[in-house]
Amino acid sequence: MSGYDDYISNGKRHILVADDEFINRELLENILGDEYDVLKAEDGEMAYEMIKQNRNTISLILLDLMMPKLSGLELLTCLKQDSELKGIPVIVLTSDQQSEVESLKKGAADFIPKPYPQPDVIKARISKSIELAEDRQIISATEKDALTGLYTSEYFFRYGEQLDKFYPTCDMDALCIDVDHFHVLNERFGIAKGDEILRSIAQRLNSIFDDSRAILCRKAADTFLVYCLHRDDYEKVAEQASEVSAELSAAIKLRIGVYANCDKKLAMHSRFDRAKLAADKIRNNYSVFVSYFKESLIEKELFAEKLVAEFPKALSEKQFQVYFQPKFDVRGGKPVLASAEALVRWLHPTLGMISPGAFIPLFEEDGLIAKLDEYVWRGTAEKIADWKSRLGISVPVSVNLSRAEMYDPKLVELVEQIALENGITTKDLYLEITESAYVRDADQIVERVTDLRNHGFFIEMDDFGSGYSSLNMIAELPIDALKLDMKFIRTAFEKQNDTRMISIVIDIADYLGVPVIAEGVETEEQYLELKKLGCAIIQGYYFSKPVPAAEFEKFLLEKKANEG
Amino acid sequence: MLTIEALKEFGVNTEEGLARCMNNQAFYLKLIDKVLEDKNFASLEQAIAEGDLAAAFEAAHSLKGVLGNLSITPMFEPVKEMTEFLRARTEMDYQPYVEQIKEKRAQLKQLINE
Repeated sequence: MSGYDDYISNGKRHILVADDEFINRELLENILGDEYDVLKAEDGEMAYEMIKQNRNTISLILLDLMMPKLSGLELLTCLKQDSELKGIPVIVLTSDQQSEVESLKKGAADFIPKPYPQPDVIKARISKSIELAEDRQIISATEKDALTGLYTSEYFFRYGEQLDKFYPTCDMDALCIDVDHFHVLNERFGIAKGDEILRSIAQRLNSIFDDSRAILCRKAADTFLVYCLHRDDYEKVAEQASEVSAELSAAIKLRIGVYANCDKKLAMHSRFDRAKLAADKIRNNYSVFVSYFKESLIEKELFAEKLVAEFPKALSEKQFQVYFQPKFDVRGGKPVLASAEALVRWLHPTLGMISPGAFIPLFEEDGLIAKLDEYVWRGTAEKIADWKSRLGISVPVSVNLSRAEMYDPKLVELVEQIALENGITTKDLYLEITESAYVRDADQIVERVTDLRNHGFFIEMDDFGSGYSSLNMIAELPIDALKLDMKFIRTAFEKQNDTRMISIVIDIADYLGVPVIAEGVETEEQYLELKKLGCAIIQGYYFSKPVPAAEFEKFLLEKKANEG
Repeated sequence: MLTIEALKEFGVNTEEGLARCMNNQAFYLKLIDKVLEDKNFASLEQAIAEGDLAAAFEAAHSLKGVLGNLSITPMFEPVKEMTEFLRARTEMDYQPYVEQIKEKRAQLKQLINE
């Protein structure tokens, strides 16, 4: 590490001297240069720019009142109105008493008269002002976290800013460290043990980051923040910090998000937002424990924000379209169109077709999904009614219900009303409910699903095999079909055609007396094998990709002709 | 070659001026040399000739600051007096001040060139 030399040359606070007279700037630099790094500005505007650029590293400003472009008093007013700059102490350089009073009233910390007093006096006044400003910042925060003895986040961020003032040119890293599935540890071992684990982790981190230029904080329950000199052995750090307890050696895994060599122009909390973004990226990855922030992550985040922001407009302009993917009954000799699944597509005016994978998870997080789902339900019901009246034929179409909607007490009423408004029945709309929705608050969900079935809706359990249903729970589920998770099909055929898991699921379905639907079926080989195993219904690219309503009509017309 | 002795003889409070320079003689002499090049001498003369008291005040005020910091008393005193009149925008004949400052500046320049 390039450490010690940096420490010597950088261990100085920065002072900005703003004065239009060369001689005055030179004099002050000569007086202060041993103790401080002196930045110099020749006029008010230049000073303002430099302060904004270096707001995290300037400890004090020496300000001449009479300067071209932007006067000292004007600049002082600007600084004191800016929440990010007002904490920097300003000492005014002036030769007349009236200005002294005025500048103190405007927020100056002190003044130094002209001609300058003895250098010792100048230095003493400066160091006093810096000390007061730094104490004020630190006193206002509660210092330590009671559980671990690490800094609280408020104090931590301020202390980080101080550290920057001392070591402005050191490369620093911002780290966000999470304990993987900490809530599981808490549930398994109890809160007291959980607290003990957190304390041990804090201790371990303290010994790993024992440099005087590293500071640590506990941000939330199981999140730690570290601000430290740049290093590149975080894999090792993650490993060492996870070894806090011999008895629980395999249970504890730390995940580190690293924003390396952070941009010091960013506010302290923004740097840690970036580290957190990096950490979140590996949240569900069980083999990677260190993740580095990249600019592209921000772009992704911004893209996500854009999509969420444009949602209301997209909805009102009908940029969302309902596509239909047919499902075929393969139990007989020839596949027969049995039903379809409604899938939403976003045809964005400038971005083109946006994949549902890009926006559905976002809308689920933001609660917008309820509006989008309702839009899809209505669009689907309209289409079914249209086909019935125009083509004289239709098939039931399944729509997705998200987990959040299952808690809506008006859900049953709403879906039924949509069916009735369009002159179709509850038998025409199938509802797909993902398996994972059943797992949490199972009783409440079971009750809601039972209610929906009593109103005539056909319920398909979606993504079966991806959730965590227990076998005894499945026996009690009110469902009409099991839909195999697409990943099942993929793994079964990827690895030496091992279809034994599929057989088990089909056995479960048989036991429950419901058909199995396989989705994501792409090849003839998969189709034939699934048919042989006893799959009732097949959906996937092998038959057709999801298509616009107009295109879907050809499947309906074909069915009508065959039934002729 | 300018010396501390010569400056003292000219009336400069070299003790005070040197103290502000952390007693670095070479640095002090360099700044004395530099101050004579200050644009504000010309600005002051021109502003007085044009009767622009506001501009004259700004130039005089700046000069007062640097001359005071270097303790060049023979020039600092007239600039200081003049600055106070200009601050109040007093209508009066400033030319004698301008002449006096000019003369002292020329003398100091000569000391440097000797």
